[in-house]
Amino acid sequence: MATSQHPREPSSPPPQPEASESPLLAAKGVNVVYEPARGVRIWSVRDVNVTLRPGEFVGLVGESGCGKSTLGFALTRMLRPPARLRSGEIFFDGKDISLLDGEDLRRQRRGGFALVLQSGMNTLNPVRTVAHHFGDILKAHKVEGEHWGQAEIRNRGTELLDKVQLDASLLDRYPHELSGGMRQRVSIALALSLQPRMIIFDEPTTALDVIAQKAVMQTIKDLQREDGFTAILISHDLGVVLEATDRVMVMYAGEIVEDQPSRSLVGGAHHPYTEALLRCYADPRAEEIHLGGIPGTPPDLSLSLAGCPFTPRCPLAEDICRLKDPPLAALGNGLAACHVRARKDSAPVDGGVPATVRQPTAQTSADAEAPPTPSRQVLADADGTEVRDVH
Amino acid sequence: MRYILRKVALFVITLWAAITLNFALPRLMPGSPVDAALAKIASTGQAITNTQRHAIEVQLGVPHSNVFSQYGQYWKNIFTLNFGRSYSFPTETVTHTIGKALPWTIVLVGSTTIIAFIVGTLLGVYAGWRRGKAGDSAVTIGATFFGAFPPFWLGLLLLYLLAFRFGVFPLKGGYNEGATPSLTWPFVRDAIVHSILPAATLAITTLSGWVFGMRNNMINTLGEDYVTFAEANGLRSRTVALLYAARNALLPNVTAFGLSLGAVVGGSVLVEGVFSYPGLGNLLYIAVSNHDFPLMQALFLVITVSMLVAIFIVDLLYVRLDPRVRR
Repeated sequence: MATSQHPREPSSPPPQPEASESPLLAAKGVNVVYEPARGVRIWSVRDVNVTLRPGEFVGLVGESGCGKSTLGFALTRMLRPPARLRSGEIFFDGKDISLLDGEDLRRQRRGGFALVLQSGMNTLNPVRTVAHHFGDILKAHKVEGEHWGQAEIRNRGTELLDKVQLDASLLDRYPHELSGGMRQRVSIALALSLQPRMIIFDEPTTALDVIAQKAVMQTIKDLQREDGFTAILISHDLGVVLEATDRVMVMYAGEIVEDQPSRSLVGGAHHPYTEALLRCYADPRAEEIHLGGIPGTPPDLSLSLAGCPFTPRCPLAEDICRLKDPPLAALGNGLAACHVRARKDSAPVDGGVPATVRQPTAQTSADAEAPPTPSRQVLADADGTEVRDVH
Repeated sequence: MRYILRKVALFVITLWAAITLNFALPRLMPGSPVDAALAKIASTGQAITNTQRHAIEVQLGVPHSNVFSQYGQYWKNIFTLNFGRSYSFPTETVTHTIGKALPWTIVLVGSTTIIAFIVGTLLGVYAGWRRGKAGDSAVTIGATFFGAFPPFWLGLLLLYLLAFRFGVFPLKGGYNEGATPSLTWPFVRDAIVHSILPAATLAITTLSGWVFGMRNNMINTLGEDYVTFAEANGLRSRTVALLYAARNALLPNVTAFGLSLGAVVGGSVLVEGVFSYPGLGNLLYIAVSNHDFPLMQALFLVITVSMLVAIFIVDLLYVRLDPRVRR
């Protein structure tokens, strides 16, 4: 963790999402609704646009229930009832995959898009060995002229396990004989066996202990750099995302509310929700750390929301916020959806530099009564700087 | 390997306990076979003399030694398959009576149990995989409908329609009266014709249990992450359905299958009774209604032991099916 992270300086303008290159993934107007047989409909993802350039590593953060995993499943066409892609186009490499089905969709997965799931514990079939898992995938995507016998499967499996720093001896093991970290690495290796151009990692390290988390994240970063695939890292841990990714999309109540380069997010967040999230995350080098929670709860997603969904929890809320949902518009180095900040940003006043993490607010100074719900508590720092945790 | 040794040890211990219990229970029960036999005589109005009592005691072999030597004798009798003579069939030994009935039950109930398990499980896999679709509804409604029939009632209905009214099948028994059981084609054909109605009754009424069990397990495993991940990796849907979902859903059903295989030897008292089938279920009914203690005790022993053996075999089979129990 001691590596240079979160550079605070307002960075030079990084490439915008809509760069000249043709995007690998371009999703427009994605709406996902959960329609249980009984009970209310939940509008989980609302009019989301996502554009990924080839080779980009993007983070998708937000609190539980904000629709980030659902969006990940929608983009890889893995939604299952009661969830349904209600509308939207998903262009992958120029081809709309949102309407593909059955065998056509299945074929897209080789050399296409893969998904690595949250709970590494249960992503492997308990009655099949690691080699069986490789064999199943390789045989399923066999093309003319390929032959996958035992030897070929083992060779390819060895190669892929090597990529995730696992030994070939694991090929004959069953999932219950592996540790949590090993299982997550195996599932990454399995996803890689498709030679995907895009991988969506849905909370890949959540089920792991801190040490294994760090190691698995390092492996993911290295793989992404070496193989150059495009990746989305879905996590509720902003710290992990900031370290690994080029760009961060912040989701709130099914909408993307901010989209900024990782380098400039810490100092240059524009949406009040992102700022609040950042306040939940402490900089280990700080002299004094104030961890504030975000008061209030996210809105009920079964309702249609007039205005900005963050309004009830927002310290900056104005009348217009209650009436009109702000569009995701260029702000700072990226995009943000906030009426108030958009106006201030356009104003000639040098107010473009938003609140920083450690800027004391009315809330944090009265920290004795502030709800202590930090997403991450820093107890000691790698460089030995003294850390005073006020809670 | 340790798993297998543990299972063998467990099997031996439970077997010993069951057989010992079978020895102890009749001795702990109030009343005795002698009293039961005397009560029968007394009910005809005859006075009972001491000579009569003594004669019956000798006939039934009432023991005069202590419990431990009785227990030793009991084990010796088990190993020599000497269970004495039954009251219901005084001309035969119990071993002979059971030996005659056993094959009929094993073939009839055993084969229908296996058929019902295979067909029911396949239907359950299909229904679970197509959950909520038309195929699922058809299977579920059909299984509910046929599963709701009481077996003896369905047996009577089939008998009335197909045997009595239309005479397609014989009315009763396991083979034509007068024929001597042998392994010749005419006899085997005759036995098959006689077994079709009871087999159909048993299969139809037990099928639904397997269908629902498997369908529920399928729906559970289909919600597992490894199924989602397999789909995300673009496996063929047949691979996902069979090797990922059904393969894991099968495990709890295999345990249940072991139990019902063990219950095969107990026969099906009601269905065998309806069809007057010469199997163990019918025999058990005869034994109970005649207060035939030697026959009953021997039958209970056979039923218990075969149940334990079936569970033991399934335990061993389970090692092949679920790597998590191998240790």
